[in-house]
Amino acid sequence: MSTTTLTETRGAGQSGDKIFSGATLAAGCLILAVLFSVAMFLLVQALPVAGADPAEITGGEGFSTYIFPIVIGTVVAAAIALLIATPLGIGVALFISHYAPRRLAQSFGYVIDLLAAIPSVVYGAWGYAVLAPELAKGYAWLAENLGWIPIFEGPASQTGRTMLTAGIVLAVMVLPIITSLSREIFLQTPNLHEEAALAMGATRWEMIRMAVLPFARPGIISAAMLGLGRALGETMAVALVLSGGALTASLIASGNQTIAAEIALNFPEAFGLRLSELIAAGLVLFVITLAVNMVARWIITRHKEFSGAN
Amino acid sequence: MTSATLARRQSHLTKGKLPSYAVWLVLGAALVFGAAAASLVGFSAVSWGLFSALFFLLAATAVTAVVEGGRKATDSLATYLVYGAFIVALLPLLSVLWTVLERGLPGLSYDFLFTSLNGVTGAVDNASVANGTPVLGGAYHAVVGTLQITLWATAISVPIGLLAAVYLVEYGTGGPLTRAITFFVDVMTGIPSIVAGLFAAALFGLLFGPGTRTGFVAAVALSVLMIPVVVRSTEEMLKIVPNELREAAYALGVRKWRTITKVVIPTAISGIASGVTLAIARVIGETAPILVTAGFASAINWNVFSGWMSTLPTLIYYQILTPTSPTNTDPSTQRAWAAALLLILMVMLLNLAARLIARMFAPKTSR
Repeated sequence: MSTTTLTETRGAGQSGDKIFSGATLAAGCLILAVLFSVAMFLLVQALPVAGADPAEITGGEGFSTYIFPIVIGTVVAAAIALLIATPLGIGVALFISHYAPRRLAQSFGYVIDLLAAIPSVVYGAWGYAVLAPELAKGYAWLAENLGWIPIFEGPASQTGRTMLTAGIVLAVMVLPIITSLSREIFLQTPNLHEEAALAMGATRWEMIRMAVLPFARPGIISAAMLGLGRALGETMAVALVLSGGALTASLIASGNQTIAAEIALNFPEAFGLRLSELIAAGLVLFVITLAVNMVARWIITRHKEFSGAN
Repeated sequence: MTSATLARRQSHLTKGKLPSYAVWLVLGAALVFGAAAASLVGFSAVSWGLFSALFFLLAATAVTAVVEGGRKATDSLATYLVYGAFIVALLPLLSVLWTVLERGLPGLSYDFLFTSLNGVTGAVDNASVANGTPVLGGAYHAVVGTLQITLWATAISVPIGLLAAVYLVEYGTGGPLTRAITFFVDVMTGIPSIVAGLFAAALFGLLFGPGTRTGFVAAVALSVLMIPVVVRSTEEMLKIVPNELREAAYALGVRKWRTITKVVIPTAISGIASGVTLAIARVIGETAPILVTAGFASAINWNVFSGWMSTLPTLIYYQILTPTSPTNTDPSTQRAWAAALLLILMVMLLNLAARLIARMFAPKTSR
């Protein structure tokens, strides 16, 4: 900061201060306004659905009958993704924070972050072209041997483009989110707790169970919920991988659909009431993900206050 | 103390412990038995891997339990599972990268980069398959669309995101407004991308009539996704600017806004720039919002304010789901994978650039 800066400011100071702080305030409020208007515009555009004759809605039995199966499909796909990705993500995070050689740990972290950098449509294409045909063989075996369990009921899909495949692709996509968040929390574990456990003769696993995991539990929960939010709203992977249809219990047969994929597949040709229907579906998805994310963020903020005392 | 007692003491210390090569012995045996078991049900890399992993876990835990005891066995089981989790997490990454390279490289030619899909019909693809001539048509229009839309999204989100972050760090008082903005920025990072697309479509549908689809609508949709990322990363960077710098500027009588624009932001600029680059890398691969806002075009369109536009992600999506020629899907598949390779290269370059920017323009501390 040379003297020219000082002489320059002499004249244009006061109003500059006001304009600049006003601009920053406006930008901050704009963000709130955008989030609010996302909800408002979706609501306005979705309104025609509320007044429409139930027979005109796709499926012919009103909006709730239309939306119910795809809400269930969305939740099931996200649940499969979480069931796979949460234990795996915790394992990978532990590997990076407590098991990997110190010198390599950071590079391993970058490698897992690479998973997050790959665009979702590429995952979709990979699931469609590589993973689904590979899994189809396994599905045939499952339908043959475990077909008495409703979720493995045959006939198994020949192409492998099923709910389970979509869930697995989603799991790959949420894995980096869960990993990076849990890793941060694991690294924050007070060193003294860990050393105390080790000094008492605990093995590494006992130390992790006694010192690291209890400390990190709220963090893991919120990481899983943020992953859930991502899995619920993920579109392309499901749109490409899942060969959709009516709601079925079997995860290895064609069928089921998620909200996001339903919108993406039908929006380009939609007009009139169909458009409103899809926007209303989007609103439902928005509300679900908003609720999940708010709970997750609330847990994180609460946890921050706790850990500040340590 | 004689050497004999020393040796005995060492053996006493290592008594009841497995030698370090035991793990490798068990692993080798597990691989052999895994191969045998896999060939019973039909040999493949997948079944071999599954059976070997299962045998290794069982055998290694059992051996440790016998020699070292139950607690050590639990510990080693946890260790193997944690290492296994990392290996399993690497598999999809390697598989995706390998697939994209293997299937994308043949299609990535000069023609692919610098021609559009305009005029490429099913008949053209059928002819190129029948005659064995190179696949015609490329992704030039999609590259143009991707760059245009991303550029506009960046132009919208960077000023807003930067100013909002400045408000949060420099002007925010910790009151309800600041807390609300922080909270909702966090919530916004979780908005499903398709909902952002629907929002932009609904907004422009109300303003300019239903069915308004241009590149600019897509840019608005992408900025809804991009703003929170920019705010978050900028906020983090501004927070780590030392307070002494601000106080020194104030002590010299510099006004607050000059302090921010001339001292605070230049100090944090490397972090801000790399955060923005990462945000661009995130939205450049978005597909769903583009599908519902920009439509799909096969011709080159430089104008974001009128006409439909294609981007690389939508090109990939449509080429896979609705191949140009329904009977000969190979040319479309080849174009899709080449576009995927191109897209991944762009994203990786942006990520690399972000790291380089952060390193090169980092404030020099040791002076």
